[in-house]
Amino acid sequence: MKSDDALIQLGHGGGGLLSRELIRTEILSRFGAAALRGLPDAATLPWAGGRSLVFTTDGYVVQPLEFPGGNIGDLAVHGTVNDIAVSGGVPRWLSLSLILEEGLSRAVLGRVLDSVRRAADACAVQVVTGDTKVVGRGQCDGLYVTTSGVGELLDGFSLAIEKVRAGDRVLVSGPLGDHGMAVLAARRNIAIQNGPRSDTAPVHRLVLAVQPMAGHVRFMRDPTRGGLAAVLNELVEDRPVGILIRERQVPFSAGTRAVAELLGIDPLQVASEGRMILVCDPCAAEGILRVWRGMPEGSQAVELGEVTEMSGRVVLETCTGGRRLVDVPRGELLPRIC
Amino acid sequence: MRYIEGFRNPEVAGAIRRRIDDLAAGLAGEGRVVNVMEVCGSHTMAIARYGIRDILPPGLSLISGPGCPVCVTPSGYIDAAMTLAERGAMVVTFGDMLPVPGSSATLAECRARGAAVEVGYSPMCAVDLARAHPDREVVFLAIGFETTIAPVLCLLEEAQRRGLKNLSLLTAFKLVPPALHALLGDPSVRIDAFLCPAHVSAIIGAEAYRPFAGRYRVPCVIAGFEPLDILYGLQGILEQIGRGEARVDNEYARVVTPEGNRTAQALMRKYLQPVDAVWRGIGVIPVSGLGLREEYAVYDAGPRFGLRIEAGSENPACSCGEVLKGKIRPPDCPLFGTACTPDHAVGPCMVSSEGTCSAYFKYVSVKGKA
Repeated sequence: MKSDDALIQLGHGGGGLLSRELIRTEILSRFGAAALRGLPDAATLPWAGGRSLVFTTDGYVVQPLEFPGGNIGDLAVHGTVNDIAVSGGVPRWLSLSLILEEGLSRAVLGRVLDSVRRAADACAVQVVTGDTKVVGRGQCDGLYVTTSGVGELLDGFSLAIEKVRAGDRVLVSGPLGDHGMAVLAARRNIAIQNGPRSDTAPVHRLVLAVQPMAGHVRFMRDPTRGGLAAVLNELVEDRPVGILIRERQVPFSAGTRAVAELLGIDPLQVASEGRMILVCDPCAAEGILRVWRGMPEGSQAVELGEVTEMSGRVVLETCTGGRRLVDVPRGELLPRIC
Repeated sequence: MRYIEGFRNPEVAGAIRRRIDDLAAGLAGEGRVVNVMEVCGSHTMAIARYGIRDILPPGLSLISGPGCPVCVTPSGYIDAAMTLAERGAMVVTFGDMLPVPGSSATLAECRARGAAVEVGYSPMCAVDLARAHPDREVVFLAIGFETTIAPVLCLLEEAQRRGLKNLSLLTAFKLVPPALHALLGDPSVRIDAFLCPAHVSAIIGAEAYRPFAGRYRVPCVIAGFEPLDILYGLQGILEQIGRGEARVDNEYARVVTPEGNRTAQALMRKYLQPVDAVWRGIGVIPVSGLGLREEYAVYDAGPRFGLRIEAGSENPACSCGEVLKGKIRPPDCPLFGTACTPDHAVGPCMVSSEGTCSAYFKYVSVKGKA
């Protein structure tokens, strides 16, 4: 697949098959022996007193820096907080690293950092260390942000992809794809009334809320790059289970549906930044949905479908009653979405 | 969006399905199997995306046609586009073209090596780029069927209005009706009816299909791209066949008129003239394309840069031509899903967003059908 003169293509950053190939050959081949094995959203590491730490990092290069519903600042907090949360952790501390381009407006930087502050306060995390670099004009695009996060593993969760089995239910905490479509619409200057707004938000309270039922939860993930399609396909890849979801059940906001339609994009493949997918024992599905629906960030939670025995396949039952595969996004669907 | 949702209503879909089942059962009772060709790549994609093949009764078979513009664009054209980009021109294209294999490489690879290959959602992006970069030659990759041709010609109108001197088109426009003639004249393909394209028909008009219903006695039904449009179109086809009729029915009257879009047609006559065209995998179809008239040669990237579009070369094992003619289904190709995948495509049908192989690879391999 890879020759020595191969170059990085934009598609390698899309969160799809090309990204996975790159990470497998270049990263996992060198670092994949320990905590990186299986590429979890965050590493769970043994700590003193039998406790475990959850540790993660993420770089943010979204363009434009400000978009309907948020900016690169709150996105950088929520993304990292959410990676810790869906790994079963309570986020505690963040690092904040900034790369600024010569010529960036101080006012923009101020608004972004205000958003970091507000988002961190809302998530009860502290920014405890950081770094600031400036590069020459044209050497980065305005502002890049990297955050790392440390949290503590919550009691009761024992999440593992291997525990997912036929009959389990697949839940989502709210409408999908709003972040990706909002950023794309902003970038393309698609000005429509009631257009998509980014859903950037923390999901850690949704995780805390299901802690009493933690023993029934098998898997949690926030559907960022590659959207629901990427998460579900990753769940079944090389495994003896499949997933069936029903098109009628998949929630989308009207604005996101409209822009996706306009641009011919499958919204199942579009990123959210404030939603979570949860797979649980069927006995817990109703209870989790009830708890989530009582919370503002989970008010539109629904059951999407269930885990099946159709090995390796994610299948959508469409409005015609026919069935089709849910495809993994390949490459460059929407570069620089987060 | 509420408007669109009306064309995706599951209850109505169920009612039309029952009607299709009854009609097909009646024909099957007479021992008839109906082969319907969906001509257009957008139909192919919609059919796959809504799982429509999955619910068709036995005796009704949908075969995919040649209506994917990227798929029928010859490899030599892609080679020429890459040559232009490598010589320093800014090449503007619809994103679909990026992963399509030319003779030896793709435009995506060409871009990764540093050439200026820009993706636009609209042909007008090329005007913006030409204005932003007056010192660069900007070439728009002008491929497509009737639907795409008119908007690309608007680009030319705009270029003239603004007096842009650095914008040109590399043309490989194709026409749908000549391809349908060629298919019906090929004894190795059995087509009982056409599910006619939606947006191509909006340009050329429903009347354009009259010869197929008349001369070849093949029912033609124009349908939209929503799932209910397609199901309703299939119902209409089965009704015609059941009654022994061959007519042009326009089930997409909310967009398509009998005479088509006269403004677009006038624009096409003004700038373009009929030419023989090479269809990738199929070969030359006489007067099946459109090229710029002599008086607009200054906008024609071929002569402007002294570039000839050569034949190009394609992998001889690739069956895209057979797929485009509806002779085989993608899974019948020995390369499908093994040597040819979206990540490493041998033929264009695997990577175009309207390609039949892409539709099968992405959506269809359910119930062991593929």
